[in-house]
Amino acid sequence: MSVTDYESVIGLEVHVELKTPQKLFCGCSTTFGAPPNTQVCPVCLAMPGSLPLLNQECVEFAVRAGLALHCDIAPSSRFDRKNYFYPDLPKAYQVTQNFSPICSGGYVDVATEDGMRRIRINRIHLEEDAGKLIHHEDHSLVDCNRCGVPLIEIVTEPDIRSGEEAVAFLRKLRAIVRYTDVSDGKMNEGSLRCDVNLSVRKKGETLLGKRVEMKNINSFNFVARAIESEFKRQVALIEDGEIIVQETRRFDEKTGLTSALRKKESAADYRYFPDPDLGEVLVDNEMIAKIQSSMPRLSDERKAMYKDAYDLSDYEAERLTADKDLSDFFEAAVKETAHPKTLVSLILTDLAPLFGEDETEAPLSPETLGALADLLGKDVINSNTGRKVLKVLLENDQDPAAYVEENHLAQINDPKVLQPIVDEAVRSNIRAVNDYLKGRTPAMRALMGYIMKKTQGRANPILAEDMLKAAVADADKKSS
Amino acid sequence: MTITDMTIQEMAAALRKGDLSSSEITRAFLQNIEQLEPSVGAYITVTEDDALAMAKTVDQRLKEGYDPGLLAGIPAALKDNIATAGVRTTNASRMLEHFVPAYDAYVVTLLRESGAVFLGKTNMDEFAMGDSSEASAFHATLNPYDTTRVPGGSSGGSAAAVAAGEAVYALGTDTGGSICQPAAYCGLVGMRPTYGLISRRGVTAYASSFDQTGPMTRTVRDNAAVLDAIAVRDPKDGMSSRFAPIPEGGYVGSIETTFGNPVIGYIEEFSNGLDPAVRDAIERALQFYSSEGARLVPLSFPHLQEALAAYYLLTSAEGYSAINRYDGIHYGYRSAEAETVDDIYIRSRSDALGLEVKSRVLLGSYLLSKENYEIYYEKATRIRTLVIQTLNTLFNACDAILAPVTIGPAPLFGAHGDESLNGQYSSDRFTVLAPLAGLPALAFPSGLTEEGLPLGLQLIGPRFSEGRLYMLAAAYEDAHDRLPRPRLFHEKRNGK
Repeated sequence: MSVTDYESVIGLEVHVELKTPQKLFCGCSTTFGAPPNTQVCPVCLAMPGSLPLLNQECVEFAVRAGLALHCDIAPSSRFDRKNYFYPDLPKAYQVTQNFSPICSGGYVDVATEDGMRRIRINRIHLEEDAGKLIHHEDHSLVDCNRCGVPLIEIVTEPDIRSGEEAVAFLRKLRAIVRYTDVSDGKMNEGSLRCDVNLSVRKKGETLLGKRVEMKNINSFNFVARAIESEFKRQVALIEDGEIIVQETRRFDEKTGLTSALRKKESAADYRYFPDPDLGEVLVDNEMIAKIQSSMPRLSDERKAMYKDAYDLSDYEAERLTADKDLSDFFEAAVKETAHPKTLVSLILTDLAPLFGEDETEAPLSPETLGALADLLGKDVINSNTGRKVLKVLLENDQDPAAYVEENHLAQINDPKVLQPIVDEAVRSNIRAVNDYLKGRTPAMRALMGYIMKKTQGRANPILAEDMLKAAVADADKKSS
Repeated sequence: MTITDMTIQEMAAALRKGDLSSSEITRAFLQNIEQLEPSVGAYITVTEDDALAMAKTVDQRLKEGYDPGLLAGIPAALKDNIATAGVRTTNASRMLEHFVPAYDAYVVTLLRESGAVFLGKTNMDEFAMGDSSEASAFHATLNPYDTTRVPGGSSGGSAAAVAAGEAVYALGTDTGGSICQPAAYCGLVGMRPTYGLISRRGVTAYASSFDQTGPMTRTVRDNAAVLDAIAVRDPKDGMSSRFAPIPEGGYVGSIETTFGNPVIGYIEEFSNGLDPAVRDAIERALQFYSSEGARLVPLSFPHLQEALAAYYLLTSAEGYSAINRYDGIHYGYRSAEAETVDDIYIRSRSDALGLEVKSRVLLGSYLLSKENYEIYYEKATRIRTLVIQTLNTLFNACDAILAPVTIGPAPLFGAHGDESLNGQYSSDRFTVLAPLAGLPALAFPSGLTEEGLPLGLQLIGPRFSEGRLYMLAAAYEDAHDRLPRPRLFHEKRNGK
């Protein structure tokens, strides 16, 4: 047997930090990056007598996520206490929803190499985040700013079969939570965190193997690598006739390997029970209807709209909508130009890579890019100049038309101006002309290069090439 | 009349006539505290300077014509699990011996707005877990009527303070009899209000689905006056009821209304194993109500044992979870010897939590474990539902239930001794039904035994029937002599 005879069975637990300005059970701010312990109060510090008060906005956010993921919304759910000791957990219990989650069922359709795959969602529950430990050489400090920040945990069914599929799912999920404004989905700030549950079995089998859990993996790349590494480890063990132990393992980002964290046998018993401080979480049809009607357009809807309105290909529309910020940026810029297709090609070739996993700041204003698309679309500048100008604009956002004029970058579209330069090119490059005439078409590039050099790249390339071809043909006629 | 023997109504009238100032009243109580505390031990912290400053402010206010109402200038004591900004709130635990909250409990805010004068914080069983106040980490509180006996608990300090004349009224807290039982042992009126009537915010949680704060006073009218001040919806306590029907004219006003011919029930199973004095007290009270035109109905509550078990299981489970936050990390006691994180937990909690708290934490931890959750916790919640349903049915047949509070008068110190949890808890059987069902219960004195020990009775009513309970208890109180102050009080005051 070999690796190819096995498959991974993967389920994900994704923690998504909600974008509400206030914490789940108190009025403290949720802003990321504040100085330690400045966004705290008696409630999130678990002072004696403090009581949680449910922030209704968090419920709405969870419902919005549930609707976007096609879940059933529970008309009534409850909070439970998950009891354990850890220094980042001042109450010594985390308030979560163990017995009755707010959303259940649901799915995400993911495009993979093998076509569309439907990854089913088991449940979504609301819970509070813990604080953060900051380790020093001989002591550790606790920052409680994150204590009580609202999270939803999205638990998938074991429908994922590979690292690539897991990443495709995560990307799609991230796009959805960002489109719905439920979360900013920043993995580097911990607002999207992923636990992977993985077991291995022979292809064709239906039973599940022993499950290994890998906790808190914080980038898409690491998720893929952790899955690949753990899959290989388990297959090797099975091939050697060994038994897989149900356990929690840690993925080491440096070595790319996983190592055992704790065995399931000694796993904590969290002594869940309903939180007596908190009543039922009620969601009625009116609330669902209100949320549904205020739901932002999701990527699929935008994709169809773009294809229709701007005559884009499936590929172009897919790429524009894969990231909400990119899509928002496109929508703002397209209002500023009469040349949407030029804008799309500018965005997809030059800007899309700048919208990375966690980048949210647009690299330049949509107005500027719209104006640049106009200059290109109206043939004021050529694409070479366009690329150079864009480089300048990315460093210093300014009016591209003014920049083009000040630096005399406008394209030369006048044949009368170009004719002497074309003639000169033919005269000074006899060898290239002869090569071209002998059928070596690449020789044309040398001739064009001469023209571009003489015009500092401003010659209208299509016009110049037409004129050049005419001039060469003319020269051929004369010589023969 | 001696200042410290006056009722709230009498003091309020004297304050407004100018016969007395709050400063004078406050000084009289502080003097009692100074003289009696060595033999009572009701307080953990006495805030003399604060009290005098508050009294002075109220005197000034009243002079300026600003009158915040009946409680203005009246000296009060607060159980030490009720947070007071700037004044340590120890919960009678080494764990929080030096813990000074930055916030007031909502009931404290409300009392401050009513012009209350706070004399200090009273002793209690550690984290309110206990029924004799012997489980205080600091010292015992003695029953002012017989210092060889316990004052009850967990609000024993509050009860002793009011009984001994060291405060006009006190706030206690109740999870399963912690107001009514010490009130009965110390000859007081104690109200455990309907769950959701009084804000729990700022009151240290023991069992969140049971905990309520309530007044302990010498008279029914005093008690109603305090409840009027604290029965205010708290939008920041998710369990604070939006629908509490507070009577027009307040609880004080409801006492003066007439009820027609009330139906008073009594639970027959309750008479098993009672001290003859208590049985006698019940009979006399029933006769009294009958003679006043009430109809008496015998009732049955067949699952008393199960209810009691459910009470211990649920409060231990919730208590376990509530106590875990005292772990030596964020505030409170931390063992100086601890080196690792686990060390901090283990040593700090081993050092600074008392035996009673530890045993409940262990019990709660045991019965919430995965293997036990269904057989204990879930079953207990089902029994709780059954208790609620049964009581609802009983209240279809009557307006209030008259019941004993305890099987007899206050026990001697150490009477619990090394008894198993079970033995200790069995005396709680009259006081857990109301908390289990979230119902109000009002304890009031029914006289002294031949040995001069107070006995109490209680009226339990449906949700939000506090006004009715006050009216019924006031009728009894008006027809009987007020309990004399404890002998101790006279001895000390006379300088003996």
